Amino acid sequence: MAVSDIETAAAAPASAASTASARARATAFLAKRHHLRWWEALPWLLIIAAYFIFPDRLTFGTQVLIGIMFALSLDLILGYAGIVTLGHALFFGIGAYTVALLTARWNWGEPISSMLLAILLSSLAGLVSGWFLLRYRNLTLLMLTLAAAILVQEAGNYRSDITGGYDGVPGMEIWKLFGVFENDLYGHTYYIYVGVLLLIVWYIVRRIVYSPYGAALTGIRENVRRMHAIGSPVHWRLVTAYTIAAGIAGMAGALFAQSTAYTTLGVFDFDNSAKVMVMLILGGTGRLYGAFIGATVYLVLEDHLSKLSPTFWQFGIGLLLVLTVLFARRGLLGLLEDALKYFGRGAKS
Amino acid sequence: MSASAIVSILFDGLAYAMVLFIISVGLSITMGLMGFVNLAHGAFAMAGGYLVVTLTRSWGVPFLPSLVIAAVVVGVASIPFERILYSRLYKATELDQVLLTIGLAFMAIASYTYFYGPSPLTVPLPSFLTGQIDIGVRTVPTYRAFTIVVGAVLIALLWYGFERTNIGAKIRAAVDNRRMAQSVGINVDRLFTLTFALGSGLAAFGGGLAIQTFGLTPSFAVLYLVFFLIIVSVGGLGSLKGTLIASILLGVFDIGGKYLYSDAGGFFIYVLTVLVLLIKPAGLYGRE
Repeated sequence: MAVSDIETAAAAPASAASTASARARATAFLAKRHHLRWWEALPWLLIIAAYFIFPDRLTFGTQVLIGIMFALSLDLILGYAGIVTLGHALFFGIGAYTVALLTARWNWGEPISSMLLAILLSSLAGLVSGWFLLRYRNLTLLMLTLAAAILVQEAGNYRSDITGGYDGVPGMEIWKLFGVFENDLYGHTYYIYVGVLLLIVWYIVRRIVYSPYGAALTGIRENVRRMHAIGSPVHWRLVTAYTIAAGIAGMAGALFAQSTAYTTLGVFDFDNSAKVMVMLILGGTGRLYGAFIGATVYLVLEDHLSKLSPTFWQFGIGLLLVLTVLFARRGLLGLLEDALKYFGRGAKS
Repeated sequence: MSASAIVSILFDGLAYAMVLFIISVGLSITMGLMGFVNLAHGAFAMAGGYLVVTLTRSWGVPFLPSLVIAAVVVGVASIPFERILYSRLYKATELDQVLLTIGLAFMAIASYTYFYGPSPLTVPLPSFLTGQIDIGVRTVPTYRAFTIVVGAVLIALLWYGFERTNIGAKIRAAVDNRRMAQSVGINVDRLFTLTFALGSGLAAFGGGLAIQTFGLTPSFAVLYLVFFLIIVSVGGLGSLKGTLIASILLGVFDIGGKYLYSDAGGFFIYVLTVLVLLIKPAGLYGRE
């Protein structure tokens, strides 16, 4: 809905006046929704603050940032477009393996170009698989996404002479960033690097979900029949969203491989797909910042509790899921909103 | 490929398929009835497996009775789960169902790891189930022959119950058209609780049977879940025949693939799954 549309509508005869005013209202609504609010700076301030508060925990911090990026990509398709997938790790894995194989097989360890290639390849995988799979719904879609990830994993296992199988890709060597900044032991470089990239990704995703295209995705999630009825190209919308999300997931995978210099076929595991979903659900779907809160809370809890007792952690995450589904369907952010409303301040400022 | 190799692939595949069928059939019917995506089904099978281990090892119950006891206990114990947790989410989205049941599966894995430890457990078999038996063409492991016989008996029983009894007719009616079934006075909720308990009981029975074939660790709950889900979706929700055919396909192809191409073994069944679902999204015998 561009401005030129409104002008044309306004220039039209009086019969179109109501349409024009409706369009103007819609544009104003979208523009207002689009405005940055003050609290949207909070996650970024916290990410910057963490750099100074936990200078010796930045390797872990980098993993949190990567987790946020991965969860954000899932939010685009699960939270906004309503595509339930059990195989999102496929794209994360493709991204990670692009980087890993580039350095191990072709001795190319330049981080930025290999990340760009990872984004390209995982988007391509998203485009192709999305084109085939997104015609299906419900259980069939769940199974197909799940099977697609396992299929690639099994293929990788078959050629474990190349992929290194479950032992990992041998001899990964990532070059200095821009040829200058080495990834030091404490992960300062990658924390900043991933942080900046996350800011870019967040901005792109934010633009997407607040655009008319994003509104169409939400429409598909809410009522797919009506979207068909008003002539929205539903399949294409879903495929493009899936492709973008796949690209971002691949980027997260590439950054994971670069920051840890380590990749095994385990990245394709169902566990990895389930984990990112749990992060997102925990934070809250379809609200952009759910990924931030969910990934942080999940990874920090995991870091602390799994050292204490992995069994206890697994039980806890199961219980957390059950409780979230039964009592806090909108995640931690939903709870926060409810709390803010309850105390009468109102969440919409 | 020699005739002997073909016989052993078919035989082992069939034995494998029977275990898969016994575990998956309950999942198929409950999913067909309520459309509920139950990722915790493997946990019920696992519970059966561990119960059999406890009964045989600690309490000295023979293997066969403990299979039956495990099936009954898990079947009854699954009723509160269905009534308290599952029934709240029948009208919810499948995302919610997936999350709730993954959560339950995680909790089950953690609990069993806590009580039984993470290492694989075995079960003492009675002497008449160990060793080899001659079936004419060649000798085969007795336990596998036993599995096939048990599977065949259960299939016959299920078929009779499904096709020839009043309650079976009600279940078929409800799978076909739940609203219509309700409006002619079938209590679909109660029917569902019943089939859920039956399905979980069968899964537990299959879980006990599977200890010897699959090995029993706490990760059983999700490790084989993908197989059960593949069988259910390839066979078609709520179809006895579809579940059986999908189980046999998966069993034979998986065993065959692993015998012939040990490295790429796992590959075949996933290719097969994707192909079947792309062509027939509702599965071989499912309704759109």
